[in-house]
Amino acid sequence: MFGYYIDLALRSLKRTPVLTGLMVLAIGLGIGASMTMLTVLHVMTEDPLPGRSAHLYTPHLDPLPSTYHQPEDGPEPNDSLTWPDALALLQAHRAVRQAAMAGGTQLLTPQRAGLQPFDINGRYTTADFFAMFGVPFAEGSGWTAADDAAHAHVVVLSEPLARKLFGAANPIGQTVQVGNNGEAPNGFRVVGVTLDWAPRPLFYEDAAGKPYTDSDEFFLPLSAAIDLKLSFNGNQNGWGHVDGDSWRTSPNSSWLQFWVQLDTSAQVRAYHRFLVDYSAEQKALGRFQRPATNAKLYGLMGWLAHENLVPDDVKLQMWLALGFLGVAMLNIVALLLAKFLRRSGEISVRRAMGARKRDIFVQFGIESALVGVAGGLLGLGIAQIGLWSVRQRPDDYAHLASMNPSMLFGTVVLAIIASVLAGMLPAWRACRVPPALQLKTL
Amino acid sequence: MEIRPILATLRRHKLTAILLMLQVAFTCAIVCNVAFMIIYRAQRVSMPTGIAEDQLSVIQVAGIRQGANPQAQHVVDLAALRAVPGVESVVATNGSLPLSESSSFYGVCPTRKALEQAMQVQSLGSACVQPGVYGGSPGVIATLGLDLIEGRDFRSDEFVKDDQPPAAIISQALAQRLYPGENPLGKELYTGAKNPIRVIGVVKTLLAARLRMPGTDYYTMLYPELPSGTYTYYVMRSASQDRERVLKAAHAALLKVDPNRLVENEGETYTQIRAQYFQRDTTMISLLLASALGLLFVTALGITGLANFWVGQRTRSIGIRRAIGATRVDILRYFQTENFLIVTFGVLLGMLLAVGLNLLLMKHYELPRLPLWYLPIGAAVLWLLGQLSVLAPALRAANVPPVVATRSV
Repeated sequence: MFGYYIDLALRSLKRTPVLTGLMVLAIGLGIGASMTMLTVLHVMTEDPLPGRSAHLYTPHLDPLPSTYHQPEDGPEPNDSLTWPDALALLQAHRAVRQAAMAGGTQLLTPQRAGLQPFDINGRYTTADFFAMFGVPFAEGSGWTAADDAAHAHVVVLSEPLARKLFGAANPIGQTVQVGNNGEAPNGFRVVGVTLDWAPRPLFYEDAAGKPYTDSDEFFLPLSAAIDLKLSFNGNQNGWGHVDGDSWRTSPNSSWLQFWVQLDTSAQVRAYHRFLVDYSAEQKALGRFQRPATNAKLYGLMGWLAHENLVPDDVKLQMWLALGFLGVAMLNIVALLLAKFLRRSGEISVRRAMGARKRDIFVQFGIESALVGVAGGLLGLGIAQIGLWSVRQRPDDYAHLASMNPSMLFGTVVLAIIASVLAGMLPAWRACRVPPALQLKTL
Repeated sequence: MEIRPILATLRRHKLTAILLMLQVAFTCAIVCNVAFMIIYRAQRVSMPTGIAEDQLSVIQVAGIRQGANPQAQHVVDLAALRAVPGVESVVATNGSLPLSESSSFYGVCPTRKALEQAMQVQSLGSACVQPGVYGGSPGVIATLGLDLIEGRDFRSDEFVKDDQPPAAIISQALAQRLYPGENPLGKELYTGAKNPIRVIGVVKTLLAARLRMPGTDYYTMLYPELPSGTYTYYVMRSASQDRERVLKAAHAALLKVDPNRLVENEGETYTQIRAQYFQRDTTMISLLLASALGLLFVTALGITGLANFWVGQRTRSIGIRRAIGATRVDILRYFQTENFLIVTFGVLLGMLLAVGLNLLLMKHYELPRLPLWYLPIGAAVLWLLGQLSVLAPALRAANVPPVVATRSV
């Protein structure tokens, strides 16, 4: 029977080839546009560290004076921590692992002949960073808490940077010259080389960065960076009195990111309690002015939602695509309905000859599903073109825009759902055509 | 034209007519909002900066040799760039330029009292504003091609480095905001630094380094402040068609001065800087345009397809009507009126939906309110579209001969 219905459906569709083609085109465009944007949204909101993300949290404090007025479009000062607070949280050591960090760009002066000085992007952080985030090492390892305490001049390089600087030679133990503009570079001893590693989005980066393209080429101890007054990338917010050059260590200047690892829900509760207690203590000391309960602990995915990484334009494009699909579906429902009801005579003959309502429903359902499947296949192609065009954009997220198998599968499912939904109403109306009445008018 | 029989027919095709009406309504709602977004973005993209964009190009330099004096380096670099054939003038800046995204915004107040009030409540309040601030080496006004409408240019002895500048040139928009109805020349700006800064000139138009809020984007000022950061941006003025060549020559000239530093490979013409700044907007405009046209196309297709079915279905009744005296024009009008009715119900609902959709967008995406005059225009477009799409099927119906009435199916 199924084969027969498909044959009937194909005959019927062939009778109006232009209309069928246009219906397929409409639904194909709708599905293609929707799947393009859903894919972009999907890759932008993916879990950056599957398996670890559930145990990673970022604490936030509120050291702002009660009279502080948030500028209209400025960054949120409490998205980052001040150095005194970060130091206090590090020293309290209440989490399984904890690390403070900030991004920086440094001019690297290579020792190798024939290489010009060039900029490298990386992170100033503390020892637990590598174990907490599970950074894979090709050679060597991260530094220790003792190195942090000693403000040691050690550095971890990414593999491509290490290859560029040292070629095939063993980079461990070598020295790289890192320095700000116009000042003498400082030698840092290489202790480790990381394998290619960059979570997408780079969740631990501050809001000023490009979380879908940035990656860290080097890591060095935060304590050494503060010692040397290395320049850093990102938002630095000051309030109250901050002495010109001492903003790095000022209690009135926030610029550091902080992450902790908490393995059980009891630890999470305890840590949140600790943050509130710490704030209350600071308030008692007169440093904090706002309620201690302003202290927050975000989970990794919760933090990404808070950061709102998906630009409004992308969301708008997605709604536009879905709106287009909606109108295209309405269009197809109306056309199929008119088409099916025009064949009332044929339906009533079949009904009079013994076909059940269900048979008619299935027959017309298959016809609309065929339109949907063809539209879905076309949509798949259109989505590939759409994603290709997204990849041509110079945006931060552009290079990630491609379909994985689950999105491919999702496209087909969406097409089938859309077509079955679109075919449901017309097929239902068609199967309600009474046998006798229509025969009379023939 | 009698519309009662049409309504009676439509009642028999209630579901199909409602579906078509809904499609027209959603199309109307979406297209109105999309058109509004297109115009809004197009206005952004075409905002004038006030500088001679088509004659400017910018090249970036980093990594001055250790111990070198940045200002001394700038003097050498500027001399080298001036020697490049085609370069009419050149200035050094710290990279903050209109549409460059690298921006400095400082709070300024028109009076000491306003400043003290603002300091007290730690907010700009209504008297003070946060204009975009630019610096540069001597000649910055002339090289950028700014239109100095009042006062004078900076004197060379007014230029400072890492210090508070004594004077400022402000944009006309900022002058009118800070000193409404007064002559801004000689007025003092309070920035929280030790001494107030005197306004010595007014330029007609100067856009901020990045757009923040409509209405404040032209609040800008220039300080006679020499660049001193890690990066220096040289802005060169040349004939429009020479810019690409000038950039190449400038790159070579800068490397010749000091090969041991980072010169941004190609540099950029201002046309490229503008295109880059508004790249998201231009992408969005083309996407919006494509989807609006796509929607209208799909809706036109729906109307034509449906009308075709209906003409086919009613061939016999059309023949009967023709046989008992209806003219071709009557039949044509019948289908046109039927379409007009459906589209009218559709756009009435659509206009309501458009306002609702706009409210939703305003809530979630910081879009301004949809001006109501978009609605009748949207409605007119859909009426026209409806009439155009129904024309071919309606003409086909009008050509049905009366003799059909006598034939059985």
